[in-house]
Amino acid sequence: MAFLENLINGISLGSIYAVIALGYTLVYGIAKMLNFAHGDVIMVGGYVVFNAIVKANLNPWVSVALAVVACTVLGITIEKVAYKPLRKASSLSVLITAIGVSYFLQNMALLVFGEKPVTFTSVIDIPKISLFDGKVVIKGETTAAIIASILIVIGLSLFVNHTQKGRAMLAVSEDKDAAQLMGINVNSTISLTFAIGSGLAAIAGVLLCSSYPILSNTTGAMPGIKAFVAAVLGGIGSIPGAMIGGITIGVIEILGRAYISPQLADAIVFAVLILVLMVKPTGILGKKINEKV
Amino acid sequence: MALLEVKKLGISFGGLRAVDEFSIKIEKGELYGLIGPNGAGKTTIFNLLTGVYKPTDGSIILDGEDITGKSTIQINHAGIARTFQNIRLFHNLSVIDNVKVGLHNHYKYSAGTGVFRLPKFFRTEKEMNKKALELLRVFDLEGEAYLPASGLPYGKQRKLEIARALATQPKLLLLDEPAAGMNPNETAELMNTIRFVRDNFDMTVLLIEHDMSLVSGICERLSVLNFGQLLCQGETSEVLSNPEVITAYLGE
Amino acid sequence: MKKKLNVQTRKSFVTYALLLIVIIAVEIMVNTGNISSMLQGLLVPICVYAILAVSLNLTVGILGELSLGQAGFMCIGAYSSAIFSNLVKDSITEPMIRFPLAIIIGGICAAVFGIIIGIPVLRLRGDYLAIVTLAFGEIIKNVFAALYIGYDSAGLHISLKSQGDLNLASDGKMIINGALGISGTPNDSTFEIAAVILFITLIISYNFINSRTGRAVMSIRDNRIAAESVGINITKYKLITFGLTAFLAGVAGVLYSHNFYSLQASKFDYNLSILVLVFVVLGGIGSVRGSVIAAAVLTMLPEYLRSINKYRMLFYAVILIVMMICTSNATVRNFFVRNFEKLKGLIIKKKSAGETAKEGE
Repeated sequence: MAFLENLINGISLGSIYAVIALGYTLVYGIAKMLNFAHGDVIMVGGYVVFNAIVKANLNPWVSVALAVVACTVLGITIEKVAYKPLRKASSLSVLITAIGVSYFLQNMALLVFGEKPVTFTSVIDIPKISLFDGKVVIKGETTAAIIASILIVIGLSLFVNHTQKGRAMLAVSEDKDAAQLMGINVNSTISLTFAIGSGLAAIAGVLLCSSYPILSNTTGAMPGIKAFVAAVLGGIGSIPGAMIGGITIGVIEILGRAYISPQLADAIVFAVLILVLMVKPTGILGKKINEKV
Repeated sequence: MALLEVKKLGISFGGLRAVDEFSIKIEKGELYGLIGPNGAGKTTIFNLLTGVYKPTDGSIILDGEDITGKSTIQINHAGIARTFQNIRLFHNLSVIDNVKVGLHNHYKYSAGTGVFRLPKFFRTEKEMNKKALELLRVFDLEGEAYLPASGLPYGKQRKLEIARALATQPKLLLLDEPAAGMNPNETAELMNTIRFVRDNFDMTVLLIEHDMSLVSGICERLSVLNFGQLLCQGETSEVLSNPEVITAYLGE
Repeated sequence: MKKKLNVQTRKSFVTYALLLIVIIAVEIMVNTGNISSMLQGLLVPICVYAILAVSLNLTVGILGELSLGQAGFMCIGAYSSAIFSNLVKDSITEPMIRFPLAIIIGGICAAVFGIIIGIPVLRLRGDYLAIVTLAFGEIIKNVFAALYIGYDSAGLHISLKSQGDLNLASDGKMIINGALGISGTPNDSTFEIAAVILFITLIISYNFINSRTGRAVMSIRDNRIAAESVGINITKYKLITFGLTAFLAGVAGVLYSHNFYSLQASKFDYNLSILVLVFVVLGGIGSVRGSVIAAAVLTMLPEYLRSINKYRMLFYAVILIVMMICTSNATVRNFFVRNFEKLKGLIIKKKSAGETAKEGE
């Protein structure tokens, strides 16, 4: 029974990773860069909700909406200020910049929101579910994370495949220059991608902090990296891949924590990454990218 | 025996047949031209010959050795060197160092020898410098030997790429549009250099070119490619007067 | 032409000379007591950070790949050598024998891990290398933080659970105590030794760069496809560079662990890897001399300017972003180059006006 509970918790954590992984996968697919700062946008989202509820006494739903808006604006700003000037630069420069942005957000948060971690109050009021005469209890946060991630993955797939803007994103991810020639505004498409990814990061932040309520300036870093692992595992660039990868990583982490060693859970997740890269570097649903000669 | 013998080479990208049933035989010491309209698949053939792409069908035999499906590195070791349509120099390295990278597999010492500056390091480096300067002299680049490669004018960058390819001591040299972006004087000079290389280095050359003055001036035989397929091949003068070739080039 | 041939060699000798002067000056200051205790305490760390920065620069500047595992390699060097020193400190009492052995052990252990990590990832895109090295650093940190090692008459006891799990006999001694780390490591790191190691690191790095191997590595950085086309074995040279970087980082770890009485794995975190990256970026990617200077300046600066300490990390982040945009964005770079030329022109004019009219080239 404990196993079942752990499994469900793993799926729930994995669902949150999936939502974060979507941001990585979209940006990687379209801007061909690893947005290191993505995890830290989650943290900013968490702080916005926390302050909106605790300090400004706003309604939880309004706070979440506020966080989504704030993170979207933040994502677009990061792209415009830090990444856009480097569109033609080497991937090494872009990567270092992204690390710089990530580090900036973490340390800015330290100054703005304080050094002391805060305790996040859950915004979710779904009742808990008891199964098998209360032997298995599923918390409302757990249910919410799973449902939210399923809705997001479905919604995003529909958006990408069936709207004009979504198809423009596909075109840019396939071939930036060709897309430009076809009249697609590449810059605004990249901005849109960052906007969507960051908005999702805000939601992920709320879900994450509701389940794991300690919020500090580095809250987003580890989940961010693990979500990237999830995106790689599922196949970078693939939306359903992010979901599969996310849930796999979440389950591995929770089961590893419960049955192998709590201190080594992170190490196990990273070992999985190294293993995947050795066996199938393109991930479960990924495709090979050929370089032009 | 032919130096290069390619039989029914083909590759598909997705559903697209980029090269189909391409066969060619090049004798040792020949200057051979590969021509055809844009998008005909000429560079793809170079990429197949050098292992950048793995062929889906066919075989490539170099000097009796089957190199089909081998890696770029193995193929270079087997004796094919190339230049690129969009110049690919080591732009942060000096001109002479570009050539010395080409000499890499013929003048060897270990990483440890280099780090600890053992006598072999100085000896080998001296030999390398001598050889590299010799090659640069052929291409009239000796004066620029210690400038960064990125600082060279366009025409000289093309020459440096040929020098670097030659440094690997190949049996077959592939030149991808060597005269692109050159003025008629430079092209004429390049023709002389290519002939000089063939005669003095015992080289066999296969080149892709759009400049017909160069093609008709130095190529002994030609193959014409259209839509990934061989249109015709033979002596240069015959091929160039072939009505099909003229149609393919000029369109209708 | 002969002069130009030696431009790289000259550069390296200028660096050697500068470093030698600084080391001698510091040595004199130490011996005459003209040094603040704070600066004296920073001497070994400065050397450690400089070695880390130079070694990372081999991967970032020469190979053109990003590694975020510098702290991890350092951790392996620090722990493996500290275990060694703790085991033999009673049998080998002479530090001049014990410490060089520790340095070699630490460096080799780190290099072995570097190569093990390198094999699966070096054939992948650079971004993956960055994330895998980061992940690797975290794994190392977590494993060492969960590691308990002790020894007694029955030999070595190892556990990943707890101290009690070791079942040490009553004469047993702890070497690694989980998150509490290692204590009792002999203080073998002195400024003299650290300075010598830094000097050797520079020699190794410069000689590596200016050799057949270094050229091959730089050719991969500049154009991988062209490098393959002239027969350069990409994987081999990436592994060599990565292994060397790990080796030197491991050596830095040895100096670090033997500079403190106690050592915890938590010291070797992500922030440390980023800090080393900041040194490399500020000193100039690919510049060995720059790495050393940046490491020294950025290690001393926060100590002297305590008031800015709060903003230190934010400042590092800004360095990374601004340096990248200034060096990689064509418009911004040209702006700086143009103004720099103007400035240089002005200075030269002033100078030559004072002396003789020698300009006009």
